[in-house]
Amino acid sequence: MIGGLFIYNHKGEVLISRVYRDDIGRNAVDAFRVNVIHARQQVRSPVTNIARTSFFHVKRSNIWLAAVTKQNVNAAMVFEFLYKMCDVMTAYFGKISEENIKNNFVLIYELLDEILDFGYPQNSETGALKTFITQQGIKSQTKEEQSQITSQVTGQIGWRREGIKYRRNELFLDVLESVNLLMSPQGQVLSAHVSGRVVMKSYLSGMPECKFGMNDKIVIDKQGKGTADETSKSSGKQSIAIDDCTFHQCVRLSKFDSERSISFIPPDGEYELMRYRTTKDIILPFRVIPLVREVGRTKLEVKVVIKSNFKPSLLAQKIEVRIPTPLNTSGVQVICMKGKAKYKASENAIVWKIKRMAGMKESQISAEIELLPTNDKKKWARPPISMNFEVPFAPSGLKVRYLKVFEPKLNYSDHDVIKWVRYIGRSGIYETRC
Amino acid sequence: MPAVSKGDGMRGLAVFISDIRNCKSKEAEIKRINKELANIRSKFKGDKALDGYSKKKYVCKLLFIFLLGHDIDFGHMEAVNLLSSNRYTEKQIGYLFISVLVNSNSELIRLINNGIKNDLASRNPTFMNLALHCIANVGSREMAEAFTADIPKILVAGDTMDSVKQSAALCLLRLNRTSPDLVPMGEWTSRVVHLLNDQHLGVVTAATSLITTLAQKNPEEFKTSVSLAVSRLSRIVTSASTDLQDYTYYFVPAPWLSVKLLRLLQCYPPPEEGAVRGRLTECLETILNKAQEPPKSKKVQHSNAKNAVLFEAISLIIHHDSEPNLLVRACNQLGQFLQHRETNLRYLALESMCTLASSEFSHEAVKTHIETVINALKTERDVSVRQRAVDLLYAMCDRSNAQQIVAEMLNYLETADYSIREEIVLKVAILAEKYAVDYTWYVDTILNLIRIAGDYVSEEVWYRVIQIVINRDDVQGYSAKTVFEALQAPACHENLVKVGGYILGEFGNLIAGDPRSSPLIQFNLLHSKFHLCSVPTRALLLSTYIKFVNLFPEIKATIQDVLRSDSQLRNADVELQQRAVEYLRLSCIASTDILATVLEEMPPFPERESSILTKLKKKKGPGKVPDMEETKKERNSDMNGSTEPVSVNSSAVTMSTPSTSTDLLGLGLAPVLNSVAPASAGGSLLVDVFSDNSPAVASLAHTAEENFSSPRIGSADVVSDDPAAAVHDADELVNKFVCKNNGVLFENQLMQIGLKSEFRQNLGRMYIFYGNKTSTQFLSFSTAVICQDALKTQLNIQTKQVDPAVDGGAQVQQILNIECVSDFMEAPILNIQFRYGGALQNMSVKLPVTLNKFFQPTEMTSQDFFQRWKQLSIPQQEVQKIFKAKHPMDTEVTKAKIIGFGVALLDMVDPNPSNFTGAGVIHTKNIQVGCLLRLEPNTQAQMYRLTLRTSRETVSQRLCELLSEQF
Repeated sequence: MIGGLFIYNHKGEVLISRVYRDDIGRNAVDAFRVNVIHARQQVRSPVTNIARTSFFHVKRSNIWLAAVTKQNVNAAMVFEFLYKMCDVMTAYFGKISEENIKNNFVLIYELLDEILDFGYPQNSETGALKTFITQQGIKSQTKEEQSQITSQVTGQIGWRREGIKYRRNELFLDVLESVNLLMSPQGQVLSAHVSGRVVMKSYLSGMPECKFGMNDKIVIDKQGKGTADETSKSSGKQSIAIDDCTFHQCVRLSKFDSERSISFIPPDGEYELMRYRTTKDIILPFRVIPLVREVGRTKLEVKVVIKSNFKPSLLAQKIEVRIPTPLNTSGVQVICMKGKAKYKASENAIVWKIKRMAGMKESQISAEIELLPTNDKKKWARPPISMNFEVPFAPSGLKVRYLKVFEPKLNYSDHDVIKWVRYIGRSGIYETRC
Repeated sequence: MPAVSKGDGMRGLAVFISDIRNCKSKEAEIKRINKELANIRSKFKGDKALDGYSKKKYVCKLLFIFLLGHDIDFGHMEAVNLLSSNRYTEKQIGYLFISVLVNSNSELIRLINNGIKNDLASRNPTFMNLALHCIANVGSREMAEAFTADIPKILVAGDTMDSVKQSAALCLLRLNRTSPDLVPMGEWTSRVVHLLNDQHLGVVTAATSLITTLAQKNPEEFKTSVSLAVSRLSRIVTSASTDLQDYTYYFVPAPWLSVKLLRLLQCYPPPEEGAVRGRLTECLETILNKAQEPPKSKKVQHSNAKNAVLFEAISLIIHHDSEPNLLVRACNQLGQFLQHRETNLRYLALESMCTLASSEFSHEAVKTHIETVINALKTERDVSVRQRAVDLLYAMCDRSNAQQIVAEMLNYLETADYSIREEIVLKVAILAEKYAVDYTWYVDTILNLIRIAGDYVSEEVWYRVIQIVINRDDVQGYSAKTVFEALQAPACHENLVKVGGYILGEFGNLIAGDPRSSPLIQFNLLHSKFHLCSVPTRALLLSTYIKFVNLFPEIKATIQDVLRSDSQLRNADVELQQRAVEYLRLSCIASTDILATVLEEMPPFPERESSILTKLKKKKGPGKVPDMEETKKERNSDMNGSTEPVSVNSSAVTMSTPSTSTDLLGLGLAPVLNSVAPASAGGSLLVDVFSDNSPAVASLAHTAEENFSSPRIGSADVVSDDPAAAVHDADELVNKFVCKNNGVLFENQLMQIGLKSEFRQNLGRMYIFYGNKTSTQFLSFSTAVICQDALKTQLNIQTKQVDPAVDGGAQVQQILNIECVSDFMEAPILNIQFRYGGALQNMSVKLPVTLNKFFQPTEMTSQDFFQRWKQLSIPQQEVQKIFKAKHPMDTEVTKAKIIGFGVALLDMVDPNPSNFTGAGVIHTKNIQVGCLLRLEPNTQAQMYRLTLRTSRETVSQRLCELLSEQF
């Protein structure tokens, strides 16, 4: 039960303040500002307790969203709500910025009234919200429309309205993954995991029933038992082990629990079908090989090699390697064969950027760093080298096996639906110690 | 000072700072700083030949970044390099960086010290000043070690510039504060004193601060500064305001210097040389005169400076406390400030007056401002000022204005700030008690106090009321009536219920005659409050109820019903349950006589220091309640001290709970309460009263008696087997009762005589209980008190005849009223005759009426004690006796005996802590005899030396006889 919700700008000025319960006073607004925003980043926990009041905050660029409560709430619920709130706001007016929030404050208050009732989260599905919270002027709705909204909001399928019609039934499916890695200087994987999302955009008529299949190990094994001849084909690396996953509310969980099949009536437009995490058999797209040599007290030589480790036909994009430099760096010379490299003093790092790189290639950078002798006895902590990239495959190995659409009432079949599938693998925290 | 050249603008620094200020977020700021740091690093690293200007600029930037809260780990070397520059601004920035950033254990400290040394040795005054400032700002031990030798030299050298001397003095002061052990005293000290005569006032001001600090450490070495300071002060004070040019501040000549000189003088007693003293007095008078002159400027700075000097002068006057004239003038001056519209001035005036009030010279003068102070209390807006006003009222209070002040404080209490209420309550309680002339007024005041600020009335306060009411019979009736009326308010504070319950339980009978406060009404009134009270209060009320059973037998049934109810008998609280059960049984079983004895009126409390005062002292912290408390304290001999809080509570319980009643009821309960058993508690008596005929119980009772009567003196009870040999006129019996008032006087197979007595001034009342131990009736029972010879005129004893028949197992009571006409030696004899089984029994016993019973204790300080001791130095007045100890020499027992003897035991009077001293006054109708005693135990030899000094020879003799038998 959220007691109130505040939105601050980077200076700690309140942009939006909505209090749902009487136990949250006006001073709570100031308490958060003084103790968290103005605490010069000494507060790093997303949950802060001040005078028996809990503040849950998330930060989007320069904007702070804080939910406040005096009760013992489910913190995960509160954060889920805050993220949802961000999504909703993004869906309504784009980027969350001070400017946008100021321009849309009426809308935000309207949204807050709708998606939180006495502190209890309500329907926060953007598609549904958009039917009755609009940015247009008030147009008097007909009785039918009103009753339609009512039945939809209160009905069993709150995320989809009836009577949607498209000339072309289309479906877009994106598998978005981010790879996280920590590797030792010797090339040993210390920790690695992939967190992925399946995002869909559906433009389908009527109330279609969808079924989604992927190479989930449990499903494949089950099928393997049934048909012995397929086992040899689909076994081995073709299936992946999913550690945990969460679904959009439209997915029938009972069916997933019993048959492990993902079936659902999709919302209209864009939504996130599922989220998952894997830790086994991850394909690491890049390997970083660092070489750091200290030459006396005033010089440091760094050599970094990156190797791409995927099919040569694929192209990785937006590659960026960040090599930290000591705090007493006084000058840097960089030589690289590919891309551009630059010493960024403001970030205490050498940043090496490569636009494109095919698989099974390698590239190298070498730098000479001059140091200023200091009287500080502290040794340089050697922070890890980090990397950013984007590759057109799923590093977890996930494959979409099928996505079937059934619409019994309208006469279009699964074959009539145009389906698009895309895989994007991005770097999360992809670090190599040096 | 070299002019700041144009190139020193440092545009780069300005740009950097404005960049930082324009940063939108913390991240942006960090980025900008990182960039700048990298830039500076490359600059420091790059071309070695960085010119002074850019070095200064980058060091400045580093300094700025450091002050923003980031770590700086380089650039120190560059800063040190700046020290050797010849340009003022560069040197200045170098020193600034060092004093802000260089920590004392840095390797660079040697280089820095070198730089400083060079600058100190240079003849350039600005450089010397910079170096001195740096030393003072860093002030580390290393710095002190390196430069303590040099700085005094600079300070006293003849050719040093004034401004450098000034800096050197302040630098030395700083080093002296941080590491006093390192600053050597030497021949320079005497020359420092002469800086007070320096031409340059700045030097004098700086030197005065230094000398004041040093003089506080070694007053002797700087004694000569007094006359110099006085002459300096007089020169300043008498100078016209324009004479001192730069040092005249808004028409006040050198106010800071004056204040410092006055402070310096406060380190010393008033000067002994007449001339100096005269000059100082003149100065102070001039300052006081100036305060009367019309202000030369309307600016606030003018009056502030002037008043600063004035207040410092007043505190010097108070410090000296020797010139009545000045003190009174100061007081009058402060009186004017009391009505000033500046709040700060009023505060300061009240505060200073508080200290003035303690001086005997100005106490009267302070009192004249009472109206103003009271007005301040009422109208002042600032709570801290009101607090001072309360303090001052407390300080100025004495017998003459106590009623007014207490009334005003009570008035104020209703609206007082919560933070100071408790303190005011304590103060009111103390003043009301200390200066009470009329005790009805005292009772009224305290009841009012509880009514107004019940929550803030601590336990001590209401304990005290009860002690005073119990110890003074003249107010008992009145207080019962007042309390009864106060209790009738629909909502009254729990403390009031406590006081009410206690007082009505003791003295409810005094107002029972009035139909409006008949016993039942009293009971119902109290019981209506019962359910609203906390457990301790309920426990107290239960005791009150059982006392009512004794006082008003007619409502016994009602009370028993209440005690019997489940809410009492089965109360969840053990204490309440136990009380209810025991009281109920007591009321059912015991006869009225027993009840009368058990539930006897509380005996007077022994005299002690008021615990309220202790509490106030504790609250204020040591030294906050001025010592005048002691000096001003008027000895109020009829005022009793207080017991510890526990004793009141538990002695109320003692009435019924301990083993006495336990034995009686046969419940076999161990004594529940660790009874304090005051010497006068009814314990020992009760046991005997209840002991019936059964020897077993009697012996049990005796052991109980031993447990309960702490000063047990008699070696054994005299149990005579032979009724015929029944004349017990041995002194033993009398001696047993010298230090206690209650106990068993006599016992044989036939009867037991119990005794309970109380004495107040020259009057006494003795209750004699004759218990028939047999099962047959005593017939023609008669008693007579015989005073032999001279005793007839010395002692006046009146008695009523008792019933001629005493039933078997019954007890009769006889009351003796005793008046002491003059001092006496012998004890009266009690003669008892009765017929038992046909045989006439005759016995006589010496009554333990001894001279010491008419003592009233007197508290006094060590000083007073020895002053009076010396006054009684005529040989006849002193009696001394050296005797061997008959009992083990236990300090506590001895103390109890001395208190029981009737004198006040004076702690901390005798220089030897193992000695006992006491003081008291013997009241007889004709004369009062003051008595001082001193008991010196010698534990090795097991001997005592007792010395008594009184104004009458016979008294001394007799008291010495009596007391020496006790040890």
